[in-house]
Amino acid sequence: MGDLKMISTHDLNKTFGDFVAVNNITFDVHQGEIFGFLGANGAGKTTAMRMLCGLSIPTSGEATIAGYDVYKETEKIKRNIGYMSQKFSLYEDLTVTENIRFYGGIYGLKDAEIRSRSKELIQTLELEDQRDLLVGSLPLGWKQKLAFSVAIFHHPKLVFLDEPTGGVDPVTRRQFWDLIHKASDDGITIFVTTHYMDEAEYCDRISMMVDGYIRALDSPSQLKKTYQAASMDEVFYELARGAKRTE
Amino acid sequence: MSTLKFLLQKEFRQIFRNPTILRMILLVPVVQLIILPLAADFEIKNINISIVDNDRSGMSQDLIEDIKSSGYFRLINYTHDFQIAFSDIESDEADIVLEIPNGLERDMIRERSGALFIAVNAINGTKAYVGGAYLSRIISAFNQDLRTEFSSENRGTAIGVAVINWFNPMLNYQFFMVPGILVVLVTMVGGYMTSLNIVKEKEVGTIEQINVTPIRKTHFILGKLIPFWVLCVIVFTLGMFVVARIIYGIVPLGSIFVLYGYLALYLVAILGVALLISTYSNTQQQAMSLSFFMMMIFILMSGLFTPIESMPQWAQWIAALNPVTYFVQVMRMIVMKGSEFGHITKHFLIMVAFAVVFNSWAILNYKKTS
Repeated sequence: MGDLKMISTHDLNKTFGDFVAVNNITFDVHQGEIFGFLGANGAGKTTAMRMLCGLSIPTSGEATIAGYDVYKETEKIKRNIGYMSQKFSLYEDLTVTENIRFYGGIYGLKDAEIRSRSKELIQTLELEDQRDLLVGSLPLGWKQKLAFSVAIFHHPKLVFLDEPTGGVDPVTRRQFWDLIHKASDDGITIFVTTHYMDEAEYCDRISMMVDGYIRALDSPSQLKKTYQAASMDEVFYELARGAKRTE
Repeated sequence: MSTLKFLLQKEFRQIFRNPTILRMILLVPVVQLIILPLAADFEIKNINISIVDNDRSGMSQDLIEDIKSSGYFRLINYTHDFQIAFSDIESDEADIVLEIPNGLERDMIRERSGALFIAVNAINGTKAYVGGAYLSRIISAFNQDLRTEFSSENRGTAIGVAVINWFNPMLNYQFFMVPGILVVLVTMVGGYMTSLNIVKEKEVGTIEQINVTPIRKTHFILGKLIPFWVLCVIVFTLGMFVVARIIYGIVPLGSIFVLYGYLALYLVAILGVALLISTYSNTQQQAMSLSFFMMMIFILMSGLFTPIESMPQWAQWIAALNPVTYFVQVMRMIVMKGSEFGHITKHFLIMVAFAVVFNSWAILNYKKTS
């Protein structure tokens, strides 16, 4: 774990009218970390993530991503991050290679670079026979792996993954996490949201969001110790139950 | 610049991969351009007439013959009872009733005067007005013939009026309508396709992926504008030089260069409107409704079907803010009158203003960060 802060927020806030979606969150993510961003549905995870990606301007508070300010330097942030949204976001009517080429191209990669990297990528994903198929015809698990690989195709410093394994079978989830670990080994910082507690165990550190607040932030083993829980599932229940009481 | 290359490549691939879009873009305008001008023919024909002939003389027969052979009227009832003819109007079978009084021929010969009665079904105002006018014209021509027949010596002088129809000597309605309808078709294809395309990316979620990249707004918008601009030029060319020439024999009198110059500019303006609509809509349904609303105003208030000069003042202001108005005028001027660039400089300047306003507005309103 490096000392460099890849994400640093201080009292970050986002309100929509009267509704406080994200309430004064403060946390850091270090370079090279796999950071799990957990929380129940509607806890404010996606809103927080969209602010960190430069898709949404915070209402108040401070945040820097890779050293760039989320208010003034959103375009610089975008150059340095990858993002995989909850919605599948590759073009279903383009082939595997065409999608890779397009996203590589708009990040400013040169043709030759795109060609060599995409060859490598297709090999890693074992998509040699499907390279000229329309992405829409691929099974969901493959699509998700492809979407992740496309999100880090331009070698960003940091990648945001918003529930990347939703609806994917356990075997493919396992393979997906192998890809994440490989990216992490290559020095890419991972910021991931998930609802699967077994996946939470794969993270270096975890934050738990409840009703817009970050209620807990630590490594999975520390969290289990603090809440005297046998598994991350129990930790999650413990904290998420708290959300019901405050309602 | 290389970003734009990738964007265009992607856009063209998607368009040419989708057979429905391609068919919509190329086939629909061609087919519509063949069908619509026939329906948008303002010449009134097939006016249903019911004639009450109480005279039943040679003269009344001659008059009826004249009416029938004019080509505008269809004799649906020939009777001697006005009530019967009137019930034809009531049942909407007749548009007009002509009553010939008993003794018309006798009065005309003895007293040199007679009276006819015309009753018009004015539910369809235009048809009634035009029908009544046609019928009066036929009767006065008939009257003229009678005079020359009856009078041995030339009685006094009469003012004769000769009319020459400039620019469209045969008063061919299609000459007037086809260029205008082509404008509308190009506008609709460009307008709908562009706004739906962008909103589809919003719906599917791919736009979020685009927004999180360092892509420049202008590049993204140009990447959307250029492909549809090219398609619209193709549609226009097909319409102007294939359909209009072969089916209607229309050959633009003015410079093709000026025509295409104006088309190029016009498309930038109208695609700007489409972009603007897409920035205000989140679903294809919203974009469709909004485009439809705009399109109705654009088309009906463009002077395509009805002259702008006869609209009320407030409607004329709306027409003046409508880009379609100017292109319809320019098309008619260049195609029918052979106008030169010098005649349409005002139209050029106004269209430049439209293009700048709509596109800057769209770019300002398109937010990568909300």
